[in-house]
Formats: sequence, C-alpha cells, structure tokens
Amino acid sequence: MATNTEKDTVSGQYTTGHEWDGIKELNTPLPRWWVWVFYITIVWAVGYWVVYPSWPTMNGYWAGTFGWHSRTQVVQDLEQAQAAKGVYLSKLKDASLEDIIKDKDLLNFALAGGRSVFNENCAACHGVGGVGAYGFPNLADDQWLWGGTLDDIKTTITYGIRNTNPNSRQSEMPAFGGGDKLNDAQLNDLAEYVLSLSKNGTDPAAAERGRAIFSSNGCDGCHGETGEGNQAVGAPALAAGMWLYKAKEVKAQKAQIISQIQNPKGGVMPSWADRGLDDATIKELAVYVHSLGGGK
Amino acid sequence: MSILKHHAKLETNVLLLMVGILLTVIIGGIVEIVPLFTISETIENVQGVRPYSPLEQIGRDIYIREGCYVCHSQMIRPFRDEVERYGHYSLAAESMYDHPFQWGSKRIGPDLARVGGKYSNDWHVRHLTNPRDVVPESIMPGYSFLHRPLDIGDIVARIKTLRVVGVPYTEDDIANATADLQAQASNDANTDALLQRYPKASLGKKDRTSDQVTEMDALVAYLQVLGTMVDFTTMKPDAIR
Repeated sequence: MATNTEKDTVSGQYTTGHEWDGIKELNTPLPRWWVWVFYITIVWAVGYWVVYPSWPTMNGYWAGTFGWHSRTQVVQDLEQAQAAKGVYLSKLKDASLEDIIKDKDLLNFALAGGRSVFNENCAACHGVGGVGAYGFPNLADDQWLWGGTLDDIKTTITYGIRNTNPNSRQSEMPAFGGGDKLNDAQLNDLAEYVLSLSKNGTDPAAAERGRAIFSSNGCDGCHGETGEGNQAVGAPALAAGMWLYKAKEVKAQKAQIISQIQNPKGGVMPSWADRGLDDATIKELAVYVHSLGGGK
Repeated sequence: MSILKHHAKLETNVLLLMVGILLTVIIGGIVEIVPLFTISETIENVQGVRPYSPLEQIGRDIYIREGCYVCHSQMIRPFRDEVERYGHYSLAAESMYDHPFQWGSKRIGPDLARVGGKYSNDWHVRHLTNPRDVVPESIMPGYSFLHRPLDIGDIVARIKTLRVVGVPYTEDDIANATADLQAQASNDANTDALLQRYPKASLGKKDRTSDQVTEMDALVAYLQVLGTMVDFTTMKPDAIR
C-alpha cells in the first residue's frame, strides 16, 4: 500500500502512496516542531509516572519517587496558610474579645476573616451583612434574642440554639389555645394585646381583655410584664415589635401571632464549634457580627 | 521504523483490526479495574458510615430525580480552599453505599457533601420552596411541588434492590422499612429502634404544610444527614493513601 509513493507533477509534492479508485492523496506531514513536541510529551509522561503516584499494582500502587500525596499536600497548604497569618492568629487566640476591639490592627484582621466566614456559613439564613429574613434574626439592628454583647454573641455562635449540643441555648414556648386553654375570642384578645405592646393595636377594648389573659397564662414570665422580653430564654421583646415571624401588614400580623400562640415555632441554629470552626475563627465571627450595627 | 509499516495490514483487515481493538481494551481494563479488587484497602475503613434510612433513601431518589447533581457536587477535594470552605475532604467510604454516587462534576451551586446540620429544617423547606425567600441572590429554581404526598408504596422494593447491589440492609431493616419511614417523619413516634438501626438520622416532621409525609420531608431528611455520619473529631484519616 504505502510503498507506491510518487512525485505529483502538478504540485511537486510526494503522495502518501494510498490510492482509491485512481484517486491519490498528497502527503502533507505535520510540521517537524509539532512532531517533536509530541514526542517530548510522551517522554515527559514517562518521567511523570516515575516521580508521581501513577500505576496501580497488584496490592497497592506506585507511590512515586517524590513522595507527593494529595492528603499530605493539603495538610501542608493549611499549615502554610496558618503560618502566614501566624502573628495575628496567635494574638487573636490570647486576646479577649474586648482587647480585639481595642487593637485596631487586630480588629481589621478579625473583621476581614469574620466577614468571609460569615458569608459562607451564616449569610444563607441571616443574609449578607446580617440583614435577616422572615424567621431569621436581623443581626444589624439593636434587637437581640439571646443577647448582643460580645460574649453573648460568641456563646451563641459556639453552641448554637436549640440543637443537640448540651450547651446550646434552649427554650421552648408552650402551646396555648385549642380547646380548653384559650378559645378563639381569647386568642384574638391576647393577640390584640401583643400588638398593642408595640403600639400596633387596633382594638383597645380587646387588648385590655387580653392583658389579663397575658398575665394569667404566664406570658409575662418570659416576655416580661411590658413585653420587654428576656434574653436568658430567648424570649423576644414583644414591645419592640421586631419579632421573627412578622408579616408586613398588621392584619396578617395578628394571624401570625395567633398561630405562634397555638403552635409555637422556635429558631434553630447549629453549634459552629461542633461544625468544625475553631476558637479563633469564632472570635473573628463574634467581632464581625458585633460590628454589624447593633453590638452592645 | 520497519515495524510501523505493518499497520497497513491492520488497517486493511477488518477482522484483525477488531481483534486488535479488543486486545487493547482488555489490557486497559485489566490494568485499571483488577487492582480495585485485589487492593484490600481501596476504601478506607471508617466508623459511622451506614446505609441510608428508608426516608433518606427516598429523599436521595428525589434528589436524583430532580437533577440536583446537575448543579451540586458532593465531593470535597483535598484542596485548601475547599477544606476551609466546606470542611474535611470527602472520604471514599462516605459514599460507599451510594448507588450511584453523587460526586458530580459541576458546581453552579455549592458543594453539598457536608450540608447536613448546616441549616435548620425550616430553612431547607423554605429554601426549596422558593430559594429567593432566604437567599435573595440565588438562581436556584423553586421546588414548591415537593409539598405533595410521598409515594412510599415501593420503599421495601427499593431497599431490597439496593441490597442486591451490596448495601448491607438486614432482614430487620427490610421488615421495618415502612414503619421506620413513618417514624422518622413524625414528631411523636418512638424512634429508639430507628436510631439503633440508623444513628444520627434527622428526626421529626420537616414540612409543616401537610400532615402527611411529603417529598419535602424525605429530601430534607436526606440533606440533613449528608456528611454527618463520620465524626472527624475522633476519626483521623490515614496520612497517605
């Protein structure tokens, strides 16, 4: 086949020697530099096999003469990153949260780190910049369910809220209403009273009746006599009118308050220590959240 | 170069060409596949990895049905950026009961290998119903139709099928599959036996819109167990594998 190469008279090029029904093909070989690069890559691959993990064997694999491994590499990379931040990190580990805020350099470092950790782990619920969402607390205002001091924030982040960690913040609002406890009229009065606490009430007479229901059912035990709330048990300050499950229109708000009295919901937050954030990172986060606008 | 001249013989003889291709594929296959059976520690021996509970398994089937894998991977690679963002790199053992595994190859959304426990049940339900409710910048489609009742008629068949391909479900698991499924999606069921069989299962009703078990319940139960089975505070993977 490939033996009958001949010179083509028209182009002056040689043919490949292939012939189909009298049609012949001109031989236009690849550029020499390309062919050589191709050969070099083959040689390179052989070198790669030798120095890096490559071929499987009967009971293991060829580990390569460099001793490179992805698992040791990532450990090394992480250590290097820690070392690069070493000066600040060691300061951060020893400093109290108050000290961090006073040290401008350290604060900048903590805020930068806290911001990136917040965006990855917290923003899905609390929103970018901590603006919150329906059912998830706004962290940028000065209303706090579980306390807004640096230490409170750090505790909340470390152990979380209503999760399986024994140190997590726990509280459960009991269900009222439905049957014997509170009838629909009483629920309406109670909701009117709760609305009136934040000066959103529409029916003063009903609110007045609701006041008695509020105290006789022990609502004031957690939410306070004037609706000031209690951060020890995460009871929202009803007087501030910034509770979690709140619609925009007052009409819908009343329905939501009644729903919350009958079938209470409570927010859940994971323990970030359990989820693998180390103490220094949690400190960064606490300082960042504190800085969002409402830190006490 | 004289040996190269003989390739003409291969190229002009269909039978010879086919035999040649077959030989090449066989050799390649043997070299790549056989060691997986002879190397005893292909999959690291890891404590805690268990087959999925019936509810999680159906949730996983919904995950596949809805094509979640098209945008979400479940594979944290051993790189610094991924480990710092998502947590400990994935181990082969963590997906050994996945048929098929959901490692994925595309990350339009974030990796989900360790999403379990990261968000609350309520968050997941709202996010799946309408992602923009909780993440305004999200481009994920809404899955509000998952509030429909879950079809649990074939759960035993699903579990039996998985056993055929090597997932170690016991007779006990199969006998209790329907009961376990109902118990995991209930707020007041006795779950002791369920947790015995499937430790760390995420309990309780997730979807408040319906009293029945919904597809949402199953999917969220699955998402909440992802990446949580291995306890990395005590488990230290081999330094080199």
